[in-house]
Amino acid sequence: MTATFDLWKFTKSVLFYALVVFIVVVSVFPFYYAILTSLKSGTDLFRITYWPTSFDLGNYASVLNQGSFPRNLLNSVFVSAVTVIGALFIAVTASFALSRVRFRGRGLLLMTILAVSMFPQMAVLAGLFEVIRALGIYNTPWALIFSYTIFTLPFTVWVLTTFMRELPVEIEEAAIVDGASPWVIITRVFLPLMWPALVTTGLLAFIAAWNEFLFALTFTSSNDTRTVPVAIALLSGGSQFEIPWGIIMAASVIVTVPLVVLVLIFQRKIVSGLTAGGVKG
Amino acid sequence: MASIELRNVRKAFGAVEVIKGVDLEVRKGEFMVFVGPSGCGKSTLLRLISGLEDITSGEMLFDGKVVNALAPSKRGIAMVFQSYALYPHMTVYENMAFGLTLEKGQSKEEIQRRVEKAADMLQIRQYLDRLPKQLSGGQRQRVAIGRAITRDPKVFLFDEPLSNLDAALRVATRIEIAKLHEEMNQVTMIYVTHDQVEAMTLADRICVLRDGLVEQVGSPMELYEHPNSVFVAGFIGSPKMNFISGEKAAAFNAETVGIRGEHIAIVPDNGTWSGTVIHTENLGADSYVYLEMGTEEPVVVRLDGANDYKSGDVVHIAPMEDKIHRFDGAGKPIR
Amino acid sequence: MATEALAPPAAGAGPRIKSELTQQRLRAARWFLVPMLIALAVVAGWPLLRSIWFSFTDASLNNLYGAEWIGFGNYLRWQVLESGTVRWRGLLVDGAWWNAVWNTVRFAFTSVFFETIFGMIVALVLNAEFRGRGIVRAAILIPWAIPTIVSAKMWAWMLNDQFGILNDLGMRLGLLSQKVAWTAQAETAMTAVLVVDIWKTTPFMALLILAGLQMIPKDIYEAADIDGVHPVKQFFRITLPLVRPALMVAIIFRLLDALRIFDLIYVLTPNSVATKTMSVLARENLFDFDNFAYGSAQSTLLFLLIAVLTMLYIWLGKVRFDGGDR
Repeated sequence: MTATFDLWKFTKSVLFYALVVFIVVVSVFPFYYAILTSLKSGTDLFRITYWPTSFDLGNYASVLNQGSFPRNLLNSVFVSAVTVIGALFIAVTASFALSRVRFRGRGLLLMTILAVSMFPQMAVLAGLFEVIRALGIYNTPWALIFSYTIFTLPFTVWVLTTFMRELPVEIEEAAIVDGASPWVIITRVFLPLMWPALVTTGLLAFIAAWNEFLFALTFTSSNDTRTVPVAIALLSGGSQFEIPWGIIMAASVIVTVPLVVLVLIFQRKIVSGLTAGGVKG
Repeated sequence: MASIELRNVRKAFGAVEVIKGVDLEVRKGEFMVFVGPSGCGKSTLLRLISGLEDITSGEMLFDGKVVNALAPSKRGIAMVFQSYALYPHMTVYENMAFGLTLEKGQSKEEIQRRVEKAADMLQIRQYLDRLPKQLSGGQRQRVAIGRAITRDPKVFLFDEPLSNLDAALRVATRIEIAKLHEEMNQVTMIYVTHDQVEAMTLADRICVLRDGLVEQVGSPMELYEHPNSVFVAGFIGSPKMNFISGEKAAAFNAETVGIRGEHIAIVPDNGTWSGTVIHTENLGADSYVYLEMGTEEPVVVRLDGANDYKSGDVVHIAPMEDKIHRFDGAGKPIR
Repeated sequence: MATEALAPPAAGAGPRIKSELTQQRLRAARWFLVPMLIALAVVAGWPLLRSIWFSFTDASLNNLYGAEWIGFGNYLRWQVLESGTVRWRGLLVDGAWWNAVWNTVRFAFTSVFFETIFGMIVALVLNAEFRGRGIVRAAILIPWAIPTIVSAKMWAWMLNDQFGILNDLGMRLGLLSQKVAWTAQAETAMTAVLVVDIWKTTPFMALLILAGLQMIPKDIYEAADIDGVHPVKQFFRITLPLVRPALMVAIIFRLLDALRIFDLIYVLTPNSVATKTMSVLARENLFDFDNFAYGSAQSTLLFLLIAVLTMLYIWLGKVRFDGGDR
């Protein structure tokens, strides 16, 4: 009797760990395989292997030495960084108002902000194109910085509002009694307390901007102004056999590794940032 | 150095009225305690005085001047919060100096002088460079008080400042606050608590609040000896006053009679009432005997020293006639 | 009560006395919101209105400003032929458009359906206590962190008909009898897209559900264990109802995201009619085929469709976002 019970328990934990292993393998394998491919060259590429067989950095060399890929990387860094800084700057004061001051229409405004962050970017593409042409920033990084605000700003406002709401009311009241104006409260009391939240939010917005494709594809038109997602998407030859898979995988790995490292370092913060605002219903 | 006057002050949150027309005068240099059960509006009343909350109607006067709309920082108040509310990222010194640095025309030296003076008063000078998280609960509370002193306020507001401290620290800090009041005898202090012991020990005058209204204002002994209602009689004093109604009360020409445990004697026979002992508590210096005698709650008798009554004993008791409080059907005293 | 702090009473009861403090805060709030409102108006509000306006004109890519109002022509117009028959033209009778609508809706609901199931499984695994939980959580964040374009390329390579590792694996395991051109064939293209999307977004779903799971107090399960409630029953009677609010929000986030899908399909299965979604089709018309006005009309319909679906969902599902009226 006891023996069968233990057997059942054993089977259960074996099945559980099998599931765990399955989840991990499925999650990681494509990335692993991309690395593996990027280290192959020539005809090796077309020999399917499950384990690393060669270590050839030739693909990385060609990605970084020819064409505009290094330039695209710089563009991506610049666009994402400026977008995030701009969004955070605007979002901090706005989220103070949204989380700390009660005024008529606040609930509606919050819903609108959420709606903007969720609505299809396709719906504004034509109008944005016109605005960007009118501003004369078509085919420059500023076109992307400008257009990315549509998703980074609502997102940062939403998350920072959630974070700021959690700050104790009494600290703010103590500051009010001390004679602090709202601006002083934000800059000298709240901001120092919000660094973790700002880092998390900024990081998430950075990743979103870094990965953006539709606007980048539409509002840039030359190799030198593109960001990496577009550059990778357009790295192709004429027919299927000419697709430079090795180089594409090398570029993919270069683009992804910094993100993966960041995500693993800030794991906990990212999880809390992703779920903030979402699950408090 | 300010007197505070409230004239028919009301406060509503949406449709819910929390303060329902309070008239009250707090005298210059007085230590006034707001006491009452939770939800009676005592904290709200304090916040109205601080200016953190707008009054819905009525008038609030500081030194005879209407301050209904005046910002908290301009009222000359300082406030000590229940959760201390120290700025976690600032050192003790910065916490205490923050308000002064926001005032125009304060020199660095003057700020330092005032912070150090307050720190000396509370013996927290050695902690000035620490962050709040490096301090114990009691030390944090001192810093919070120190921050208030540094502002050199005319009115000092305390919102249940001891409720986060453990029992021993609570007594020590209570004494500390009483000393502070003696040293700063020209500063008006208003203190909110739900603990009637704190109220009795600290207050010059106590304001008992109930359900958004002032039930009674008076010195601790006035409230103890001449409670204005059954509610105040039951709220002030420990153990709680015994209430007896029905036939036994009718014998005294009252709907309800109240008698404190310390004003009842146990007599060999011929007592006014008799009851069965259901429980005894020996505290060393004094002891309580709980009697079942047909009242809603058991009657408590407080005796000096220890006693050896056992559950089941039948005893006779005699209340001191001149300490009996008689109340009518509306809970008001009959005098 | 502490959170009521600083708040003037709700409208209606009307604060008769507005203190300096309240006024100062309201004034500050107004100024603090202005930059955000301007930014959103310029990047979202105005472009949206312009897109809608373009859909009622004959605008073309090179002639945005000369566009003339033509009413509903892009949506529906008719022509009476000499033979007397009426020919309907426009978006509402465009087979390619309705094919894209069908593709989008099919894609969105299928992918969110599977993501929810897989996300729930992953979340339940992560909610259990076992050694190596941190590694699993780190591992599932990887698909989320990889840019969509990159994952599209990675999977395109893995799904490659000749040299793809998945064909190889399938043949070795005996699941496939011959190599399949996953992304190129009409029958399998949608499956390929779904697989990649589900792989990429299940982690997000899992994390949102996990956050919901972690808010369920442990003692509820302990009580159920003592009462001898079977674990499966516990899941359906305790876990599912309690995690429902989090789940509903997660589903709508994902659904809205899936309905606007563009990049994955653009890269993984370009030019495949079987997977062409509304966004892909609209962008094609706007910028590749120089049907700017027609593309605008498609964008507008896409927007309307998503707006209606969202409202239906929120209304039917009684979803409560944390509107934050505290």
